[in-house]
Amino acid sequence: MRNIWTIAKREYDNYFNSPLAYVVAFAILLPLGIYFALILYVSAEQALFGGGVPESTPINWLFVFLMIFLSPALTMRALSDEARMGTLELMLTAPVRDFELVAGKWLGAMLFVLSLAVVTLVFPIILDNLITPGIDWKVVLSSYIGLVLVVSALLAVGVGISAIFTNQFAAFFSTLGLFFFLWFMISLPASYLQESGEVLNYLSLSNHFSSSMNIGTINLGDLTYYLSLTVLGLFVGTTAIEIRRWR
Amino acid sequence: MIKVSGLTKDYGARRAIHNLNFDAQQGEIVGFLGPNGAGKTTTMRILTGYMPPTDGEAIVAGYDVVEESLEVRRRVGYLPETVPLYTEMVVFDYLKFMGELRHIPNVDDRVDEVLDMVGLIDRANGYIGNLSKGMRQRVGLAQALLHRPEVLILDEPTIGLDPGQVVEVRELIREIGKERTVLLSTHVLHEAQNICDRVLIINKGKIVAEDTTENLQARLIGAERVIVRVRGEVDELADTIKQVKGVRSVETKEDGAVEFEFASGKDLRPEVAKQVINSGYDLLELRPLGMSLEEIFLELTGSDAKKK
Repeated sequence: MRNIWTIAKREYDNYFNSPLAYVVAFAILLPLGIYFALILYVSAEQALFGGGVPESTPINWLFVFLMIFLSPALTMRALSDEARMGTLELMLTAPVRDFELVAGKWLGAMLFVLSLAVVTLVFPIILDNLITPGIDWKVVLSSYIGLVLVVSALLAVGVGISAIFTNQFAAFFSTLGLFFFLWFMISLPASYLQESGEVLNYLSLSNHFSSSMNIGTINLGDLTYYLSLTVLGLFVGTTAIEIRRWR
Repeated sequence: MIKVSGLTKDYGARRAIHNLNFDAQQGEIVGFLGPNGAGKTTTMRILTGYMPPTDGEAIVAGYDVVEESLEVRRRVGYLPETVPLYTEMVVFDYLKFMGELRHIPNVDDRVDEVLDMVGLIDRANGYIGNLSKGMRQRVGLAQALLHRPEVLILDEPTIGLDPGQVVEVRELIREIGKERTVLLSTHVLHEAQNICDRVLIINKGKIVAEDTTENLQARLIGAERVIVRVRGEVDELADTIKQVKGVRSVETKEDGAVEFEFASGKDLRPEVAKQVINSGYDLLELRPLGMSLEEIFLELTGSDAKKK
């Protein structure tokens, strides 16, 4: 456990050495800010004509949506670059379990994205100050728990795929392709398959956030989905490292 | 400290090392000598728990490298051949990170200590990416020494260093080797002779010679080898030379020349010359063959190739 933390800490610090991480941060926070401002503007106009109170959580939906495209950039180098630079030899001859290495990489990426998520807390805080009687913080909490779970799954799968490749771009495009498929495409045939199509609906990434946790309902199915993906990603990563040893 | 038996490693169809057997005791510096691609790095990678062998067994610091890999890795310091380092990190932070992975108490003090040992204390706050090759080599060495390992495995530790640094690093290795076990690989014979107590010569995945440095030295320098050539094809030349007292390992070469050895100290060349002339041959050449370390090495590694 201690080793996971040591590796995660180095990984986290390392993100701030890389221009890529700043680009990702920028590419997430800027659209969110613009989106928030637009919602405020539209809501304020609506309010003049007696419209409803603005929702506080669509922001997190956009965060998750952007992560589909940006998280592969955060994880592509995690293990592929260690293999390319030869530093994997250092890690694999240090008294560190293969799982600890993979989990440490994942946790480091988690910490980076969580830092960004903390920054986005300004949006509900601003909103809370703007409207009376304030916003429902329970919904905000549920939405952020959902956000953490989605991000956890995405980063674990990304790190897992990164362990398979030595080339970071191969890792990037494989991860991006997989997320694209899981988000947009996997549930497409579901409507034709009726009953059995439910399986495909369950496997779809997009079905587990926007209509549940983001609006304040946490259910077991969604929790299981994200935690399973996280475990699967870390398992794939650990296995890929073990296979590297035996080659 | 290190015990290797029947160690074999295949990369797909290619057999990198074949049935290696050797051991190394505490307080011993063992040199692993061989041309590139002989299997030195492969063997070291197995001993450090980087990869498992295809067959055979290796015990390092009392633990099996496959079954108890983590225990082995806790006790081994390893400097890989390519000296992989996180180039975007500061020297001090890098060593601290590696120290934390090894759960070293008071890691900051220990990092300062090893930086001092390898003479890099003034570059502690520099980025590894900005260091010269020799300095990186020393960062790698510092990393290997960090946890005071019982066994130190160094893959080409002096490569890329300038002559002054080579002397320093050798001095450091000798110092460490007094109490710990050091296995180092090199293809510089002079270096092996200089710092190792024992030398293993490996070629094409097999150990072709194993000896203490003294014995090896005796084999190399203790005897002088001379080539004799006379006019015409003379079959009995070898027998003639054998009659001279003190001459040994006489052999006839393909072109009719005869090579022989004698213990260094007393030069037998005049006696041999007299014997050859008195036997009625026209002596054309009597030349000492300076058997350099490189030649012995080539002979050892080459003779193996000839057998195949």
